[in-house]
Amino acid sequence: MLSSPEPSLPARPDPWTALRAHTPARIALGRAGGSLPTAARLDFLLAHARARDAVQASFDAEALAGALAAAGIAHAVAASGAADRATYLARPDLGRRLAPASRRDLEARAAAWGGRDLAVIVSDGLSAPAAQRHAVPTLAPLLARLTAAGWSVTPVLVVPFARVKLQDELGALLRSRLSLILLGERPGLGVPDSLGAYLTHGPGPDRTDADRNCVSNIRPEGLPPAAAAERLAGLLLAAARLGRSGTSLKEDAALAGDAELSPPAP
Amino acid sequence: MARWSLAVGARRHSFHDLRELLAKATPARAGDELAGLAATSAEERVAAQACLADVPLALFLREPLIPPEQDEVSRLILAQHDPAAFRPVAGLTVGQFREWLLRYETDDAALAALAPGLTPEMVAAATKLMANQDLILIARKRRVVTRFRSTVGLPGRLSFRLQPNHPTDDPAGITASLVDGLLYGCGDAVLGINPATDHVGAVHDLLGLLDRVITRYGIPTQSCVLAHVTTQLAALRRGAPLDLMFQSIAGTEAANRSFGVDLALLAEARAATLALGRGGPQVMYFETGQGSALSADAHHGVDQQTCEARAYAVARAFDPFLVNSVVGFIGPEYLRDGREIIRAGLEDHCCGKLLGLPMGVDVCHTNHAAADQNDMDTLLTLLGVAGCNYFMGVPGADDVMLGYQSTSFHDAQYLRQVLGLRPAPEFEAWLERMGLARDGRLLPVAPNHALLP
Repeated sequence: MLSSPEPSLPARPDPWTALRAHTPARIALGRAGGSLPTAARLDFLLAHARARDAVQASFDAEALAGALAAAGIAHAVAASGAADRATYLARPDLGRRLAPASRRDLEARAAAWGGRDLAVIVSDGLSAPAAQRHAVPTLAPLLARLTAAGWSVTPVLVVPFARVKLQDELGALLRSRLSLILLGERPGLGVPDSLGAYLTHGPGPDRTDADRNCVSNIRPEGLPPAAAAERLAGLLLAAARLGRSGTSLKEDAALAGDAELSPPAP
Repeated sequence: MARWSLAVGARRHSFHDLRELLAKATPARAGDELAGLAATSAEERVAAQACLADVPLALFLREPLIPPEQDEVSRLILAQHDPAAFRPVAGLTVGQFREWLLRYETDDAALAALAPGLTPEMVAAATKLMANQDLILIARKRRVVTRFRSTVGLPGRLSFRLQPNHPTDDPAGITASLVDGLLYGCGDAVLGINPATDHVGAVHDLLGLLDRVITRYGIPTQSCVLAHVTTQLAALRRGAPLDLMFQSIAGTEAANRSFGVDLALLAEARAATLALGRGGPQVMYFETGQGSALSADAHHGVDQQTCEARAYAVARAFDPFLVNSVVGFIGPEYLRDGREIIRAGLEDHCCGKLLGLPMGVDVCHTNHAAADQNDMDTLLTLLGVAGCNYFMGVPGADDVMLGYQSTSFHDAQYLRQVLGLRPAPEFEAWLERMGLARDGRLLPVAPNHALLP
């Protein structure tokens, strides 16, 4: 009846380890008294060590630019106000804006590009491996779908050390109707490479997080890049159609093409 | 012209207004430095604390930190203030108020009677002068008890939110974590899911899942899906069985706007939830955290701890069932390391209790902060001693959806053991009825237990 097969062992396994098949969560760890068995503790320590290492991993913007080129996606590299990782972690304000030289450079290019439907940014954010691995597999189908729908898109800007709000300055500078940023999310234990995507209609300095829609956990084991592209396309098309984004744009309405389900903006 | 100044040796430290004085008197933390508000030397900080100690408490009523005409939270704070309740401390300075709180005679009843007379700014100011042990001693005096199906916050009791998040909201995955947590004696505060997407249909389905588990096993607890309040309202209007209405809130109107809420929307959400009549009298669940106002560029030059205390004024306007600071979630740009997270957690808990809130704390950290699980153990233990109402129960302390580390089901067993605390009484009786615990200890679970598939 009881689950402890060997009474001589001080830790007791949990008799529901089969449930682990349904979730990556740390369930059925067993217990010594009420506390963690040694193996489970060591496993946690290793995962934490790996996540700390992922935060510190360096971002190869040139390699990402090469992968975009190989996928036939026009692109350019720019810099945020944060020059290195330590500054990036301590000063989110610097990650929310362009470095002055990049701003001047993009102002010059923006005139040539002209106003377009969408501006796209890719950054390492808090996980370089996330951007490195999943940005191109997400963008390739997304941009193909939008282009087929007649959208014009600016070259994808690769910007190391960016925060979400950089999409407002860049979107406004490039005079795009919408802006989209893909960047590495905070690494979780055992999830060092999760990509997040944020979109804003009418990007500008007054926009806040309430004006954005987010698609998170983009990685093969979470929301696979192709599925993320599908969701983002639905949200972007709905945001363009309704002329708004954020809390007043519910994903159900976006996917159903039914604006009536959205409550009025708070 | 400086309103306050203090000579220390050859140097004179000057402070021009209450906002500057409060900010510079705040124990060091990254967010105030990021905002350019922090004291520039350790000596200047102590000089500010010395000046703050002499400020009359009543000055905070005459000089709002953020003008009421610009901010509905400031208007709310002034409207909430009860002069009769304030009378016992009305003539005290901030430093004397700290001492009044520490007196033997200041007990739970005195603090409960005083709460409507206190403003967040008074409470924040006093805590800036407190040692960590003061924050613990004063908070421990105060019990704030709330009810839905379970009773949370009673003396000798310690509750846990069961947080069964899953990266894609998979029902089988969420159920697996729910079962794990229940078998470990957690879930008496709430079964609360952070959904992976803010999706009305998904929120509707998750609320249905939680309701079926609660009903099927007769669990004396309540459900919550922590989506945006407008999403929950939409789900509620589609008939979702919603117990607790959740929202993240902050201490300024502009910061709340960045969350897509205002006081009127929160009132509408509470009224809609109460109208369901599923339990109560408390039906609201709020989360807060130092740094949210600065993060939204909505802090008006006010330090992050004071902004956080102002969020508690918002919370108490809606008679919440649960309130918790998510203390280490925001990241190292606001709370640099384990030491700053520990200090902030103790401050938030103490301020919330003084303002009459049923405070819990999400003792947590992210992987980009210089903190680890040993820091979490320390804060968890200190807050347990301080009489915190509840903590989070996350499988193995690892939230696989939100990507941060909180506290675990095993941590619940640890803290209840070392401090001799029991779950909420209704939930404890259920655990015993289900053969899961007796006398505060977990029992072996049979492979054919009713909760297992």
